[in-house]
Amino acid sequence: MNIVVCVKQVPDTTEIRIDPVKNTLIRQGVPSIMNPFDKNALEEALQLKEQYGGAVTVISMGPEQAKATLREALSMGADKAYLVTDRSFGGSDTYATSYILAKVIEKLGPFDVILGGKQAIDGDTGQTAPSIAEHLGIARLTHVLSIKIEGNKCIVEREIEEGVEIVEAKLPILCTATKETNKPRYATIKGKIDSLKAEIENITLADLPDIDVTKIGLKGSPTRVKSTFTPKRQSCCEMLEIINPRETARMLFGKLADAKIL
Amino acid sequence: MSLLYTDEQKALIALVKEMAENEIKPHVQELDEKGECPKDLFKWAFDMGLHMLEIPEEYGGTGLSYETTAMIFEELAKVDAGYAITLVTTFVALRNVILSGTPEQGKYFADIIGKGNFAAFALTEPNAGSDPAALRGTAVKDGDDYILNAAKTFITNGEIAALFVGFFKTDPAAGHKGISAFIVDADAAGITIGKHENKMGLRLSNTTDVTFENVRVPASSMVGPEGSGFKLALNALNLSRAFVATMAVGIMQRALDESVKYAKERKQFGQPIIKFQMVQQMLADMAIKTEASRVLVNNTMRMMDNGSLVRKEGSITKTFVSDCAQEVTSNAVQIFGGYGYSKEYPVEKLMRDCKIFQIFEGANQIQRLTIANELEREYK
Repeated sequence: MNIVVCVKQVPDTTEIRIDPVKNTLIRQGVPSIMNPFDKNALEEALQLKEQYGGAVTVISMGPEQAKATLREALSMGADKAYLVTDRSFGGSDTYATSYILAKVIEKLGPFDVILGGKQAIDGDTGQTAPSIAEHLGIARLTHVLSIKIEGNKCIVEREIEEGVEIVEAKLPILCTATKETNKPRYATIKGKIDSLKAEIENITLADLPDIDVTKIGLKGSPTRVKSTFTPKRQSCCEMLEIINPRETARMLFGKLADAKIL
Repeated sequence: MSLLYTDEQKALIALVKEMAENEIKPHVQELDEKGECPKDLFKWAFDMGLHMLEIPEEYGGTGLSYETTAMIFEELAKVDAGYAITLVTTFVALRNVILSGTPEQGKYFADIIGKGNFAAFALTEPNAGSDPAALRGTAVKDGDDYILNAAKTFITNGEIAALFVGFFKTDPAAGHKGISAFIVDADAAGITIGKHENKMGLRLSNTTDVTFENVRVPASSMVGPEGSGFKLALNALNLSRAFVATMAVGIMQRALDESVKYAKERKQFGQPIIKFQMVQQMLADMAIKTEASRVLVNNTMRMMDNGSLVRKEGSITKTFVSDCAQEVTSNAVQIFGGYGYSKEYPVEKLMRDCKIFQIFEGANQIQRLTIANELEREYK
């Protein structure tokens, strides 16, 4: 069983403050962590490995400092880690990033299971992992709770709004993990020490000869961020006069429907 | 913090801190109240390998230095020293079997502990605390076996240990030279675990009486030569003394952390009490004693890493640090005022926890005797 996990280094949002004037995140001095949902994805990969054997590879796209996150993944028990990094990758949006990662996965593969977090806590788009499956032309199942492998197919429990959905799919499969998927393990002391000494290979543009360079980096990214802002919290109260209960209920229903709550 | 830490040490401290804060700390208040050793919560420590940190790799340990191990245990003790000492007692027992026993004995002991089990030292008896030569427990040769009889008391990990290192007189007339050490499986017939001690502090640590009644062990379970038990006990105490000192530093650091935080929040006479000079003086003295203690412990650990026995240095360190800890934790309660005396707040527990550090692993009075004896010898 070959498993690859896509992880992202993100600012620890529990430590983030908002610049009151510019309304942007103050990233200076904020520690970087592994995206928490990616940690769940990694834990799922490690459990699959423990159950079915095989190896867990971890990839991350980002600057050199993202190696700290890859080291953390190694300390938890991943077998191999690669940093996907190149000047030409800079400025990639979710489309370009997922395209580059798909190319990397093709190069390192074949893999039976590809895992990622349901979204990153910095951008919160939730698009990158599912898009990788699109680029690779394979099935994807998001918000998984558990994965069982049977031959060349998998039985996956998914968290959906109404409850739990059980889906069968052919391998290879891409799955995204959430907080409910599992409780990530801590690194062992030995794992931590070894991870600090581990060599982490870089994968650059030169390692991906068949990549379409018009689809990567800032130029290959169709998304343009117009602005980011902190939504203002607003609350107001409107009192409904009680004429008779039925009439008031009807009025309340109408108000809620207008506000698109119902 | 006053030490120079390597990147590796920083990473290990951060890892243990994260685990202890998330998995242990939320349960400490309740367990302290009940006086219960949380066997299940040690899963985290075992998974991480905290019971085998300084054990050589050939025995399945991580092979860390004493210095780094101490840094990790200081961090653990900040959250709960009783939790920490359960692990320290275990690895000190294992370490001493490796040092003084045969390779087979070391391997046997390490395999059992490595799987996630505890060990205990069965030394103290009701009438033999500071004076181990007064031990009454006996080991009598019977063919290829020894028959062990003893009433042991205040045994850390008594109820949870899978293995004991027990101390018995093979020659009752010979004083401390008549003491021999044995490895005893906790499930051996004739071992009875007495009641769990209802202690003032370190209430997450399990402490019981252990009675050995005609316990039969093979002669091969004797650790080291006959009559070498006292020496083994002293070696073990040198090691555990240094490690209890590091735990006392953890308690002090926690007391300081809590006190500074509180002094900045608590307002009286229109300002935070940290603005008052008398509070400032207390906080500064707490910091001075904590920092000095940490450096002293670190130096002792590095001496041990270099093979020094630290007979005098270990005694100086343990005595100084545990004496400082009384003042630091007592002043933490003082800074919290009436709230400090309440179990709702974390500092009264620190004061209760740290008292034992002046008593166990050799009372501080005995430490001073040792230091004075060494001085007399040095200045001959």
